[in-house]
Amino acid sequence: MLINPDLATVWAFIIAFAIFAYVVMDGFDLGIGILFPTLKVGAERDQAMNSIAPVWDGNETWLVMGGGGLMAAFPLAYAVILPATYPLVIAMLLGLVFRGVAFEYRWRDPRHRPAWDLAFCIGSVVATFAQGVMLGAVLQGIHVVDRAYAGGSFDWLTPFSLLTGVSLLIGYAMLGASWLIGKTHGAAQDHARRLAFALGILTILALSAVSLATPFLAIDYWHRWFRMPGVLFTAQVPLMTAIASFLFFWSLKRGRERLPFLIALVMFGLGFIGLGISMFPYVVPRALTIWDTAAPQSSQIFMLVGAVFVLPLILTYTGWAYYVFRGKTVTEGYH
Amino acid sequence: MGDEALLLARAQFAFTVSFHFIFPAFSIGTASFLMVLEALWLKTGRGVYANLYRYWLKIFAVAFGMGVVSGLVMAYQFGTNWSVFSDKAGPIVGPLMAYEVMTAFFLEAGFLGVMLFGINQVGPKLHFFATVMVALGTLISATWIVSTNSWMQTPVGFAISDKGQFVPAGSWWPIVFSPSFPYRVVHVVIAAYLTTSLVVAGVGGWHLLRDRTNLGARKMFSMAMWMVAIAAPAQILAGDAHGLNTLEHQPVKIMAMEGHYESHPHGAPLILFGIPNPAAKRIDYAIQIPKMSSLILKHDPNAPLGGLDSVPDDRIPPVPIVFFTFRIMVGLGFAMLGLALFGIVMRVWHKLYDAPWLYRLAVLMGPTGFVAVIAGWVTTEVGRQPFTVYGFLRTAQSHSPLQTSAVAASLASFVIVYFIVFGAGTYYLLRLMAKPPAPHETEPAAIPQRAAGITPAPAFEGVSGDAH
Repeated sequence: MLINPDLATVWAFIIAFAIFAYVVMDGFDLGIGILFPTLKVGAERDQAMNSIAPVWDGNETWLVMGGGGLMAAFPLAYAVILPATYPLVIAMLLGLVFRGVAFEYRWRDPRHRPAWDLAFCIGSVVATFAQGVMLGAVLQGIHVVDRAYAGGSFDWLTPFSLLTGVSLLIGYAMLGASWLIGKTHGAAQDHARRLAFALGILTILALSAVSLATPFLAIDYWHRWFRMPGVLFTAQVPLMTAIASFLFFWSLKRGRERLPFLIALVMFGLGFIGLGISMFPYVVPRALTIWDTAAPQSSQIFMLVGAVFVLPLILTYTGWAYYVFRGKTVTEGYH
Repeated sequence: MGDEALLLARAQFAFTVSFHFIFPAFSIGTASFLMVLEALWLKTGRGVYANLYRYWLKIFAVAFGMGVVSGLVMAYQFGTNWSVFSDKAGPIVGPLMAYEVMTAFFLEAGFLGVMLFGINQVGPKLHFFATVMVALGTLISATWIVSTNSWMQTPVGFAISDKGQFVPAGSWWPIVFSPSFPYRVVHVVIAAYLTTSLVVAGVGGWHLLRDRTNLGARKMFSMAMWMVAIAAPAQILAGDAHGLNTLEHQPVKIMAMEGHYESHPHGAPLILFGIPNPAAKRIDYAIQIPKMSSLILKHDPNAPLGGLDSVPDDRIPPVPIVFFTFRIMVGLGFAMLGLALFGIVMRVWHKLYDAPWLYRLAVLMGPTGFVAVIAGWVTTEVGRQPFTVYGFLRTAQSHSPLQTSAVAASLASFVIVYFIVFGAGTYYLLRLMAKPPAPHETEPAAIPQRAAGITPAPAFEGVSGDAH
């Protein structure tokens, strides 16, 4: 696989980075939403909510960056993928509406807090599941004719896309549980650790299932992964995933507090590299490449100038915001 | 996709964008207001400013959250329902919106957490910096999105590629600063400040009607009435300039706004009110002032003004909507000017804190900013029809290849969810506003940390924080 360092490729990596940043960052706060019903009403829930309240908005901005960036750098990809996954996008957005407002509403209205907690959970589950199904829908291919989506309203619905949907639910929940280990102590931390352990096993099963199913979607995937000499490179990904998984459980057993979350990020990173191997340079597999869909150079250069200066700045102050709220989240005594 | 699906897709965009814009219209002004309050607190050390900061921060947090989630919907509306527009205009409007994300959304979101929850961690100076960044972010956001919209209204600096896409013809400068942009951005930002100051004045007036000695209520009412006194007349001037700019670049929109079905070679009348009759192409029951429209638009009572009779039918926007929303906006604008003058008179007479009728009027006018803002946007957006990129890309050729049932189902979902979620949110906002601000100067002298979760619990309301 040859990578030309041209503009479209640079933008493909920037968008991929934005999507990855979104997946792991909103991933853990969506994960907390998914796990919310398992957390005890009262201090445990409040603490979980408080641990993400200062950062969730920034996390979700990466989704706007992914969508907006795709429209700007690869407008045709945006114009094909969204109509093809229409009901999923709408479901995701509505899910995010419910969970987003719950952050404020649950404190404004203690009488209806159980209802907003439920909205927080269901919204998180719906948004995550929709994202996972969308991933499956893109991987299995989209019917494109003449610069437009040419399929029906429910082409995305297949056993494979349902598998990716469930897998993402498990994966985000694992990220959320690992995050909570670092933010809590005592009984809440023990609970988070138990959750992380179980979800770690499920994540590995889900990742394996998706990885094994993908090459059967199309012969192209098979070639990408199993042809010599590429297989010498691609085989490293499952190998490293196995090592990372081992370290994940080891760190949980050793009672480490922040390491499990960091290793979970690495596991997601490896999964993401796997996706890159399956897709690059296609945006819509087997139909549209990044060059087919790229905006004209003048558009991509105009944005690149800004991105080169602004993205490092964004990473700096986002990092600072995380640093400000480092350490354990307290459950009480804010005044 | 037939006409029905197109209509539903348009209804969906109109519904989601109108609902969304209510929140930024408020949070742009509120963020700046909070910045001023915190600056005054840092400068004077007076507790009244810290109290007001905390009071409005809670309201800001709820409104901002609603703005974030409804705004996220907008980022995807272009792709779901308007994919052809996205493909064709993406190379131009995409980068403008990407700049909005990179320079504004991240800035707001990155510093919002510190602004809401972080004063104990970072200290007052750095906290003030976070507030300034959030306020700056809201203004940068307004600038880019209005630039995007202005290019769609008055498109320049582009070429059409062999793929049928709008692409930059050369420099980006004329695209970012399209002819209507400077006028529109000034009009929009003043509108946001005016909307917020009307809300603050309404809340202040409400509490002054109950307790005229409440220091917090006095302070917020006085500050808001200053802002109304500046912004209301400024907005009328800005609106007038924007109208002249529209006459130059989108004369058909002005014809629809004015209700000029006929051309007037010897001076056009100003139609104050009437009922547009699009079938007969006339305004029924018109109440009009002869030659006044020419005087306003051309500064010459006898200047000729073209009418819709000079325009082909397939380039005319829906006249009744534009005609009525324009009058709602202008009428409210003059009512705001009336409130501003009333306030100035009472202040000059030293009766600002003893003016129950002024308070009642302020309460009544409290929500009118939102109505005017939405009416204004409807005027300009419906006035852009039947085009998405004015004069070059028709709305009927911009939509996604979707089935009517899909668009209808998603529209219904948006309507139901928005009414539940934003209905609840509006109720919570009103409840926060109904609570009187702290009546005295002393407590607290510092801005207490807003607990990520504990904020509204009554047990913590009276606790004074030590931010140092």
